[in-house]
Amino acid sequence: MQIEEIQNEIIDEFSMFDDWQERYQYMIDLGKSLPLIDAQYKTDNNLIKGCQSKVWVHADLVDNKIIFTADSDAIITKGIIAILIRSFSNQEPKNIISAKTDFIDEIGLKDHLSPTRANGLVSMIKQIKMYAIAYQTQLN
Amino acid sequence: MFNVEKIRKDFPILQREVNGKALIYLDNAATSQTPQQVIDAIVDYYTHYNANIHRGVHTLSQEATDKYEAARLTVQKHFNAKEAHEIILTAGTTHGINLVAHGFASILTKGDEVLVSALEHHSNIVPWQMLCEKTGATLKVIPMNTDGELIMADYNQLLSEKTKLVFVNHISNALGTINPIEEIITKAHQVGAAVLVDGAQACPHIKADMQALDVDFYVVSAHKMCGPTGVGMLYGKEEWLNKLPPYQGGGEMIAEVSFEKTTYAGLPHKFEAGTPNICGGIAFGAAIDYMNTIGFEAIDKYEHELLEYATAELLKIENLKIFGTAKNKTSVISFNLEGIHPYDIGTLLDKMGIAVRTGHHCAQPIMSFFNIPGTVRASFAFYNTKAEVDALVSGVKTAQRMLA
Repeated sequence: MQIEEIQNEIIDEFSMFDDWQERYQYMIDLGKSLPLIDAQYKTDNNLIKGCQSKVWVHADLVDNKIIFTADSDAIITKGIIAILIRSFSNQEPKNIISAKTDFIDEIGLKDHLSPTRANGLVSMIKQIKMYAIAYQTQLN
Repeated sequence: MFNVEKIRKDFPILQREVNGKALIYLDNAATSQTPQQVIDAIVDYYTHYNANIHRGVHTLSQEATDKYEAARLTVQKHFNAKEAHEIILTAGTTHGINLVAHGFASILTKGDEVLVSALEHHSNIVPWQMLCEKTGATLKVIPMNTDGELIMADYNQLLSEKTKLVFVNHISNALGTINPIEEIITKAHQVGAAVLVDGAQACPHIKADMQALDVDFYVVSAHKMCGPTGVGMLYGKEEWLNKLPPYQGGGEMIAEVSFEKTTYAGLPHKFEAGTPNICGGIAFGAAIDYMNTIGFEAIDKYEHELLEYATAELLKIENLKIFGTAKNKTSVISFNLEGIHPYDIGTLLDKMGIAVRTGHHCAQPIMSFFNIPGTVRASFAFYNTKAEVDALVSGVKTAQRMLA
């Protein structure tokens, strides 16, 4: 599936919720279901700076597609990562680079995009795009 | 008579909603809210007499100068400094600390020792580390126990004739511990060391008396005590302020300037280079007046009731642990739920309209001591209510249920 299709699917899912509590409960559940990053990649090198909670992101290139794995010590942060991974993992680098991130607004997480938010959603997206740029350079 | 409902009407921000819920503001240790009386002082300044001070001959400048200097006198009276020129109006606590640290760079030499408490905010650790790196002095730490109290026996051991400076906060921002600064000051003076007390967390709760404490330096921020951000006080004993060199060069701080030599202005202007935060200084005075109208005794009594009530209610929640259990503490409660990251709790509480602080509270060494990534911190002011404590407790329970 294309990134945009996946994002539309996520937007549809979130639109079913009536209130914040259901929306956050869903994110918490997503966070719990996020497959854990391989322990060997939970290193300081993979740690994203600027988060109140710890976030590790690791990327592998498999068949010209990037596979992202990640983890966090805070569960809501993990839920946010799960959403990002669903959107961006298993995609070609060039598609990740050009992908929009507006869907974050549309699922009601806009407040997490503010630079004062310490969860580092902005840093996570940046990191994902950086990996994509790096792998695209390799492929070229 | 202390009437919290009447007091709440002074704070327009308490009427607003957050995420569709009535705001419950429990982040007072980060910054306090601003009463209408202080907002009015700010509006009045910009509406009627905005002008640069200390140099204009025109009416507006004279009015602004009079009000600014009157604010300095209000600060002096409140903190009971002997002289008005011992009050330096700064940009805030951090500015005041850096000003003193900069001054001591020309006093300390290799082999001297500087003591800081284990309970310090980063702003009271980093400047001293920089100072010690520059001068070759050694930084030593007064340790704390698991209740978050300084171990005074260790402090006594650390003191020697090598000790030149002791830095300690009056109240810990992360744990709420009230430190025994009277004893710390007396003991430091016995070995000839100067003491700087960071009063940022104390100023909204305690009316500190500079002369009774016999403290050498005391720093506060106006925004912790119902005033605006960007302004604060550095109190320094006259003899110390005369010994320290100027911090910044510029206008206001000079007596005479030629290209060969500049002579500095006297106190307090020597440390107030450039156009100050005039409006902020005046509003700082208004904030002190406001708090004194409520009365610090009444504030202390009421906040203590809130603290005891909130502590008892929070402890009823299963798997909740409070960090900072000093016998003598102020209305700050740092806590965690077992197995749950403080960030998750803070995020969910925000959705319920409850503002708390989460994280390491700029006190990473304290978090390392307890081996935790951070805490949720609820800090109460005299305008908070028991109903808001109930909402916090219920909010924490909801968060716990959602995160379980």
